Amino acid sequence: MHRTICDFLLDIIQNSLEADSSTVIVHVQQDESRCEMTVADDGCGMDPGELKAAGNPFYTREGKHSHRKVGLGIPFLAQTASMTDGIFDIQSKKDFGTSVRWVLPLDHMDTPPLGDLSGTFLSALTYPGEFELTILRSASSKGRQESYELQRSELAEALGDLESSGSLALLRKYITSQEQELHKLLNG
Amino acid sequence: MAKMTLQELRALREQKRKEMKKRDLSDKTMQVVIGMGTCGIAAGAKDTLNAFIQELEEQQVSDVIVTQTGCMGLCYVEPTIEVIVPGMPNIIYGKVDPEVAKNIVRDHLMNKKMVSDHIFDRPAADIIDQGRK
Repeated sequence: MHRTICDFLLDIIQNSLEADSSTVIVHVQQDESRCEMTVADDGCGMDPGELKAAGNPFYTREGKHSHRKVGLGIPFLAQTASMTDGIFDIQSKKDFGTSVRWVLPLDHMDTPPLGDLSGTFLSALTYPGEFELTILRSASSKGRQESYELQRSELAEALGDLESSGSLALLRKYITSQEQELHKLLNG
Repeated sequence: MAKMTLQELRALREQKRKEMKKRDLSDKTMQVVIGMGTCGIAAGAKDTLNAFIQELEEQQVSDVIVTQTGCMGLCYVEPTIEVIVPGMPNIIYGKVDPEVAKNIVRDHLMNKKMVSDHIFDRPAADIIDQGRK
């Protein structure tokens, strides 16, 4: 089981990237009591049979791991949502893409901590491959809202590359500086 | 730290490029590949990635390629990483927590000395087979 909500997020984004998506859009919205995350891609999608099987921990897509019979990403998340009276929803259409949405109450005793969002975004944005990733992050508290947007192509252009240790260090600073504003809002 | 703009990020990159002492570590590029499958993530591979970036920055090394891949098939020793240094065998390290990551940067990348306690050879056989298909 994953230790933080962010680990689920990274896992689900990775599913999208491994499904040959060219565009992935991630929403992360948070207020004092709940967090809502959506990962939508235009990857290979699943037919109704595959979609049903994705919830089974003893199913994994053929070819993803030959000789292996487990796929734990989605079952972990679905279990966490049901344990915490949260919401888990997955929609998919073969050859069109998949959208996963979940809402977790932050005050339920079985909800894992939110975890390191900056590190999660850094990892997702620098995952190798040709794809566009847009991250929309917002937080609201006491009637005020703060948000920021990260776009992979824009960051790649600004940094020159997304794989050298120098670029990664700068990107980490950049994302952390965005996240700090939201942190201030949420923690007064 | 104030919220940075993209312009500031661009400017910072130019500045770093000039400042950064080009360490003559080798004529070819070194690479660190971090396994980020469900197993890697659950074992803390995100913190490992972070530790590599941080330590490389501290050591002022800006030209190591740090990338990620899915499960390497060694789920029992996650987080696993592969280190590719020209002139040295490619090594798979297992149980790489942030502390081990720092040692790998200092010993393996900078001093060409392997961190022997954490060597786990190469990807599991079924993963290698899959690559050959």
